[in-house]
Amino acid sequence: MIRPDIFTKTATALKNIYDNQLPQLRQLKDWQSKYRILMTLGKELPAFDSDWHRDEFLVQGCESKAWLLHYQDPVTTQHFWAFDSDARIVKGLIILILAQVNALTAEEFAKATPELLLNELQLQQNISPSRSNGLLAVLTKIKNGVRSHC
Amino acid sequence: MNFNLPALRQQFPFFTAHPDWIYLDNAATLHKPQAVLDAMNTFYSHQNSNVHRSAHGLSQQATAAFEAARSTVAHFLNARFPHEIIWTSGTTAGFNQLVFGLMGPVLQSGDRVLISTMEHHANIVPWHIHALPFGVELDVVPLTAEHRFDLTAFAELLKCKPKVVSISHVSNALGHIQPIAEIVRLAKAAGAIVILDGAQGIVWEKVDVQALDVDFYLFSGHKLYGPTGSGVLYGKTEYLELLRPLLGGGEMIKTVSFSGSSWNDLPYRLEAGTPNMAGAIGLAAAIVWLQQQDLVAIQQHKQGLVQRFYEGCRRIPALELLSGPTTNAGIVALNLKNEHPADLATLLDQQKIAVRAGTHCAMPLFQAINSKGSVRFSFACYNSFDEIDHTLAALTTAVELLAE
Repeated sequence: MIRPDIFTKTATALKNIYDNQLPQLRQLKDWQSKYRILMTLGKELPAFDSDWHRDEFLVQGCESKAWLLHYQDPVTTQHFWAFDSDARIVKGLIILILAQVNALTAEEFAKATPELLLNELQLQQNISPSRSNGLLAVLTKIKNGVRSHC
Repeated sequence: MNFNLPALRQQFPFFTAHPDWIYLDNAATLHKPQAVLDAMNTFYSHQNSNVHRSAHGLSQQATAAFEAARSTVAHFLNARFPHEIIWTSGTTAGFNQLVFGLMGPVLQSGDRVLISTMEHHANIVPWHIHALPFGVELDVVPLTAEHRFDLTAFAELLKCKPKVVSISHVSNALGHIQPIAEIVRLAKAAGAIVILDGAQGIVWEKVDVQALDVDFYLFSGHKLYGPTGSGVLYGKTEYLELLRPLLGGGEMIKTVSFSGSSWNDLPYRLEAGTPNMAGAIGLAAAIVWLQQQDLVAIQQHKQGLVQRFYEGCRRIPALELLSGPTTNAGIVALNLKNEHPADLATLLDQQKIAVRAGTHCAMPLFQAINSKGSVRFSFACYNSFDEIDHTLAALTTAVELLAE
């Protein structure tokens, strides 16, 4: 199976965000500027066509809708992700997580701590278990996805 | 009596602990006045014993306090008898007991039940669990274009002869006050048993169950300035007598052998297990506290808050208001065009404005109006006009951020 186009395009976009917007976010102090960037991150990702908006890709437990796609490269064993949500802030937060873990092997993923970035950026209030925004649900699905495919 | 907002607000210790927050999630739960906390503290400190069953004098004191709380609620609703007040853990638990209890004695296969589009899941899902599998059918009163209860369609649906009509007093998602007097009158004339979901309505206005002639009325303590885990199922004696108990054990029995059991009298028959004694006493204290306030002034104050907020929202471009400003019990639901309610709520949360976003336990309502959900601002007696103005400023900031 060749890697579907969406994963290649997403990987490029995530790499760009990691190199450009993430350092910017680290510089910012006030919440408005941070959320301003966070809410535009979604526009960097390739658009989902309707085929990817299928219920089988929906993550349960989200107030907003969130679709998560997974692909593991059979040769390199890297895990690739593609994501969409109808809410911009959740989408931005997930992008920040994915920008750190996309294309990692299971071994590399096990050592990764992508949530720490949210603490560093003072966005951690979005990830508490009592939040219904679905960030935690998506994060759990990412972790389980890697575990079940390694 | 008059309305002194600072003095009233001072009775709520929560605001002393969180002076920097604006709490507009009152339809989810209200904060508690000191009088309620004191009553519960006194119960646990001085009166705590199990009710109705122990042989000692302490238990008798606890029982007396517990039953006095029941009488307080009975007077509050103008019920004929204290035994018409059944303690529940809240409206949801009350509905589950009620729907289960009606199955068999009142409702059989082929019977119809009429609810409305605006119902909370607590007035939908218990029917799915306890009634629909046994052949009961559910009809739904539609909304008008203004998201109001459609009385004309209601009158038409009553011709299908529903055995039970179960409608919310106030819509929890929109805040709209339903025409309950008219609903009860029409439904009774059509021969139906009438249930009102008072979860949001009880705190809005004085409810006289006899004057309304409603058969069942349910509400939750925590939405009436009382403790969580407390609630009331009011029913007319003749209908409560019919209900099959959902839960068995504890004080609800008369005799038990291995081959069968007979049940106790009302209200105990429908109150299995050790009751939430402190909850009942806290709820009664909340009612006593509320009765000491000027209810008309509180109503006017809340109407003023809704009006001010509504007018302010109309000046913010691209806001879509789902609630109307009149016949409204203090809830405004809105959306920002083409944006998800969760985003708007998060940006308000950043500014320490507590609201709720989503479908508010009323998914069918949002399906009916073709919406992902809403951001819900709900007001209580302790909210100020200053808070409304701050919220409008925060809302403007959030809308500007989302528009960039």
